[in-house]
Amino acid sequence: MTDITPHQDPSGEHGSTPARLGYSPVADIPHRPRATDTDPKAARRAERQVATMFLLSMLFVALFVVAYITIDPQAIVYIPVMGDVGASNVALGFTMGMAILLIGTGAIQWAKKLMPDVEVVQQRHDMASPKRATLEAEANYERGKEESGFARFPIIRRTLIGALVLFPIPLVLMLRDLWTPNEFTEGKSPEELLSTTMWTSGMRIISDGTYQGSYGEVDSGGEMAGDISTTGDNVSSRPVRPEDIPVGGLVAAIPLDLPEVEHEEGSFNARAKAAIILVRMEPDEIRSQQGDGWDYQGILAYSKICTHVGCPIALYEQRTHHLLCPCHQSTFDLADSGNVVFGPAARRMPQLPIGVDEEGYLVARSDFQEPVGPSFWERG
Amino acid sequence: MKFLAARRRSPLVASALLIGALAVVGGGYAALGNVQTAEATMAVGTETQVEKGKQLYLEGCSSCHGLEAQGTQTGPTLIGVGAASVHFQVATGRMPLAAPGAQAPSKENVYSEEDIAAMAAYVASLAPGPAIPTAEQLDYSDADIAFGGELFRINCAQCHQAAGQGGALTQGKYAPNLMQATPQEIYEAMLTGPQNMPIFADSQLPPGDKQAIIAYIRGLQDAPSAGGINLGRFGPVTEGVFLAVGVFTALIAGAVWIGIKSR
Repeated sequence: MTDITPHQDPSGEHGSTPARLGYSPVADIPHRPRATDTDPKAARRAERQVATMFLLSMLFVALFVVAYITIDPQAIVYIPVMGDVGASNVALGFTMGMAILLIGTGAIQWAKKLMPDVEVVQQRHDMASPKRATLEAEANYERGKEESGFARFPIIRRTLIGALVLFPIPLVLMLRDLWTPNEFTEGKSPEELLSTTMWTSGMRIISDGTYQGSYGEVDSGGEMAGDISTTGDNVSSRPVRPEDIPVGGLVAAIPLDLPEVEHEEGSFNARAKAAIILVRMEPDEIRSQQGDGWDYQGILAYSKICTHVGCPIALYEQRTHHLLCPCHQSTFDLADSGNVVFGPAARRMPQLPIGVDEEGYLVARSDFQEPVGPSFWERG
Repeated sequence: MKFLAARRRSPLVASALLIGALAVVGGGYAALGNVQTAEATMAVGTETQVEKGKQLYLEGCSSCHGLEAQGTQTGPTLIGVGAASVHFQVATGRMPLAAPGAQAPSKENVYSEEDIAAMAAYVASLAPGPAIPTAEQLDYSDADIAFGGELFRINCAQCHQAAGQGGALTQGKYAPNLMQATPQEIYEAMLTGPQNMPIFADSQLPPGDKQAIIAYIRGLQDAPSAGGINLGRFGPVTEGVFLAVGVFTALIAGAVWIGIKSR
């Protein structure tokens, strides 16, 4: 519905000023010819520039192939500003980038210098259909309504409306499965799943060493390590004893049973919910706790999951006892019940009550007493 | 008793009691201090080294940490911090502190190795504490770098960033960049928990684990940037900012060039 005409075309239909040769009715300024329009030498020069860019592009493609074949992918080269970088990456990226860049710049130079640059007027017309066509469509619709008998058979009309109203009910009803217990959620509702973790009374606390916990084979010394309950010197997942943690110490820890659920359905959720940190401070530095005597000789266990949006946190400052979340700077005071002292978190960091078993290892005394992680619908 | 009751309100008695109490406290404190020094001298360092360390301590450290290293309002006590802590703080230039602030920054160290060893011996003589790691403890040649990376990500990366570039903490404090840290400094930092860093004692991370972490950090320090400018190895955020700022600017410049009328 548009047509494009050079501005020289005398058209009285649009604009009251008749277009003049060499004058742009669009920009309302005189058309200025370029050097390449008037000077054949300049035109030749522009032609050579464009051709040179295309030729250079070919050269860079050739250099790319050479670089691909000759440069060792492992080779490192020093380049000022960039430092020590992979020679192959830099050469391949630079040559390929230059090859495509030169095609682009050549095309633009061509269009700017040599292709016609006269201003044009794009004429736009009314977008509506002709009156005759709209009247015909209207008549068709009315005839269809009449012929279908939608107005004539009220019982059909009403039952159809009823059927269409009821149809969404199954779709809505199925949403119920989102919050009812079933076999896939181990008979727990989502609220229960979010409110409980795998910590139970007497569950031993082991330090988090995923490498060991998951595979239990390799250790730092290259020796074979036994399972986590019979630890050697170089195994990082091991039950924690209170005397292992000095005042000011920090241990990232998980429940003893966690490595066993590692490969099961939903284990990532279990793992995420169960992660804790153990910190130790002088008992008289603890100003308050979430429950009476939930520490063990100054060792406190807190969830590792931020109550804001669930980032794992272990940025513990041993002097201030602050725990800082790197995502949104929520700060919790672990010496004061894990209360929020700064940032967007709305809830304190849940504390895990701990004690020791008869063999002297740290254990949980129960599950968390409040849900770990971010708030959810049912918590209000 | 009658004699005492009759004279207890006399001003002379108050003075006498005060003098007596001062004498007991002062004398007892001095005696206790002497006993501590005498005991530990036998255990750690030669006597001359401890003596020299004490002189250096009194000159450079005592204004904040107190004449007996007991700590003052401006500096914590050094009793029990151990030789490792002294070596870390002084060798990295964190101590002596240039000015009070949120954090003691690393700067040029003004002491010789001998002086540091003397001060470390003096502080170690006050009370037992983490010792400077031995060459055997620092030998990370057999350590597994991948395992060290795993441990680093669990225990260190939260503050020092996954590639050891450091990061911000609360109220002006920060976890320093590890790219210049020596194996000894890394080991000592884990042992002693300088400033707000938690302690990772050998009972939590055994020497083997510490060696693996050191091997990983050394690997990061030596690793060239195979892909080009590493932009501080901060990952997708800085790379995204670089793209958004640098590349969009270039695109806008290109668009402007395309739009300029040629002459």
